[in-house]
Amino acid sequence: MAAADELTTMTAAEMAAAVAAGEVSAVELTRAHLDRIELTDVKVRAFLHVGAEPALAAARSVDERRAAGRPLGPLAGVPLALKDVFTTTDMPTTCGSKILAGWQPPYDATLTRRLRDAGVVILGKTNMDEFAMGSSTENSAFGPSRNPWDLNLVPGGSSGGSAAAVAAYQAPLAIGTDTGGSIRQPGAVCGIVGVKPTYGGSSRFGLVAFASSLDTPGPLTRTVLDAALLHEAISGHDPNDSTSLDAPVPPVVAAARNPDVAGLRVGVVAELSGDGYAPGVLTRFNETVELLETLGAKVTEVSCPHFTYALPAYYLIAPSECSSNLARFDAMRYGLRIGDDGVASAEEVMSLTRATGFGAEVKRRIMLGTYALSSGYYDAYYGKAQQVRTLIIRDFEAAFEQVDVLVSPTTPTTAFPIGERADDPMAMYLADLCTIPSDLAGNAAISVPCGLAPENGLPVGFQVMAPVLADDRLYRVAGAVEAALDARRGASFLAQARGLAGLDETAEAGR
Amino acid sequence: MSITRDEVAHLAKLSRLALTEDELDHFAGQLDVIIGAVARVQEVAAAGIPPTTHAANLENVYRDDVIAPPLDADLVLSQAPAAQAARFRVPRILTEE
Repeated sequence: MAAADELTTMTAAEMAAAVAAGEVSAVELTRAHLDRIELTDVKVRAFLHVGAEPALAAARSVDERRAAGRPLGPLAGVPLALKDVFTTTDMPTTCGSKILAGWQPPYDATLTRRLRDAGVVILGKTNMDEFAMGSSTENSAFGPSRNPWDLNLVPGGSSGGSAAAVAAYQAPLAIGTDTGGSIRQPGAVCGIVGVKPTYGGSSRFGLVAFASSLDTPGPLTRTVLDAALLHEAISGHDPNDSTSLDAPVPPVVAAARNPDVAGLRVGVVAELSGDGYAPGVLTRFNETVELLETLGAKVTEVSCPHFTYALPAYYLIAPSECSSNLARFDAMRYGLRIGDDGVASAEEVMSLTRATGFGAEVKRRIMLGTYALSSGYYDAYYGKAQQVRTLIIRDFEAAFEQVDVLVSPTTPTTAFPIGERADDPMAMYLADLCTIPSDLAGNAAISVPCGLAPENGLPVGFQVMAPVLADDRLYRVAGAVEAALDARRGASFLAQARGLAGLDETAEAGR
Repeated sequence: MSITRDEVAHLAKLSRLALTEDELDHFAGQLDVIIGAVARVQEVAAAGIPPTTHAANLENVYRDDVIAPPLDADLVLSQAPAAQAARFRVPRILTEE
C-alpha cells in the first residue's frame, strides 16, 4: 500500500496522534486527502466545492503551532468534509440549490468557527439534497453523489455527500445535519457511523435553516471514537443560537473509549420492524441484539404505539417550518434574481426567481407547508401533528422508564438505486421511517454499521436512541457493537467495501 | 381528503412560486397523495393533548446586550443580486394606480 493510502485509511484519532507526535505533518495529511479527492471524486461526486488553498493554509497553521510548541487539540490537523449548508467565509455555501449558487457568506457558522479553532482542516463543502430535503442527494441541483459501495446506488441523504466522502476515504471526518434522519440514514447506507446529538447540543447559528425545531448538526465518521471526538469538538452552548442548550457536553469520548454494556437495559422497539423491512436488514439487526445480550445487556421488547404516526407528523411539521424559513429567499439581498427587467414588480421577480431557483422537492414542501398552516386547515394538520409530537415524546418517556436505550434498524432497506424513488415522494419518505421519532422528540441517536445484508452484500445500520443529553449512552452501545464485530471480522467494517476498489482507478466517471 | 389543481395553483401563488401549467398538473397529483398520507395524524385520539412546538422547550432566552461589530456593508452588498449607492437595489414594490 502506498504511503498516501496509509494516510487516508487511518482513523481520525490516529491521524491526530501522528500529527501531534510529528510523524506526519498536517500539510502532508491534507495533501494526501486532496489527492484522494482528485482521484476518486470524479466517480463519487461527494464534493460541491474543494477548497485546496484554505485547507492547506489551515494545515500550515497547525504545523506552525506544533513547531512553536503550542498545545494542539485532539483533532488538530485532521481533514474534514463539511456539508454545504454551513456558512464559510472562504468557500461558497449553496445548500445544493441553484438559488444560492456561488453565494459567498460574509460570516462563519458557529460550527465552522469551532472546527477552525480546534485545528480541524476543512477540505471542502459536500453535496446534499437541496436545503436538506431528501434521502438520496438526488434533489441536489448539482446532481447526485454516488454510494462508494456501488456507484449505481444512492449514498442516502440529505447528508449523502458527507457520508460518501467518509466512506470513500476522502476525509476521516464529516459534518452532516439531521432533521428527519439526514445523518443516520446516509451513515447506515454508506456503512459508516452517523450521530444525531441531542437537539440544541450543537449550534445552528450559520446553519441555513430547513426546519428549525428539528435541525441538528452532527458527525459522520468511520469509527465510533472518531464520532465522539468530533461530537465533543462541535458541542456546547452558543449564545447566538437561542435554542442552544446551556448544559455540559455529555461525556461522549470517555464512553467511546470504554464501551461497556454489562447490565445496560436495551429496549427493542416493537413498532420499528416487520412489513416493509428488508429481510437482510432484520437478520443483521436481530444478530446485533443477540450480540448485545452476550455482552451482558438486558434486552426487552418495548412498545411505542405512536411511532407509526411519526412519519405523517414529520411531513406536516417539517414542511410547515420550511415554508416559513425559505421565505427568506426573496431575490432581494442575496442569491439568484430572475426577471428584474425594470418593469416587473418585486413580487413578480420573487415568484419567478423562486420558481427557477428551487427544485421540485423544495417546491412541493413549501406548498405542503403553506397548506398545513393555512387558516382553514391548521387545526386538522399542523395542530394535530404537534399533538402527535407530544404523544411520541410520551412514548419515549415511558420507554426510558423501563430501559436505558432503545434500538431499531436505522433504515428499513439498504441503499437503493439512483432514480428508483426520485419522482415518488412517498416512497422516498419511507427511508426515514425509523429515524424520525428521535428528531421529533429532540433526543440523541446513532447509527453504527452492523453487517452486510445477505441478499445484496450492502451495509446495514443499527440505530441506538437515548434520552435528551444522555448522548454518552449511544457511544457505550455503538462502541461495544463496533469492537465485537471488528474482533469477529479481524478487520474494520469498511475494509469489505468492494465498490471502493474501483475508485482507485482513474477511469471514466461512474455511470 | 383531497386537493384540487385550483387549490394547488392558489398555494403556489401564496408561496410566491410562478409555476408552469405542467408543474401544476404534476404537483397537484403528488400533493393529493401526500396530503392523503399525512392526514393519518387525524386518526390519533388527541383531545386534551397539548401541542409540542419545539423539542427544547426553552422560554424567554436572553443574552447580554453587548455591542459587537456588524458585518461589513461592502462585503454584504458584494453578494446582493443588485446594489446601488451602498444599498440593496430592489424592483418596484408599488403598482401605478
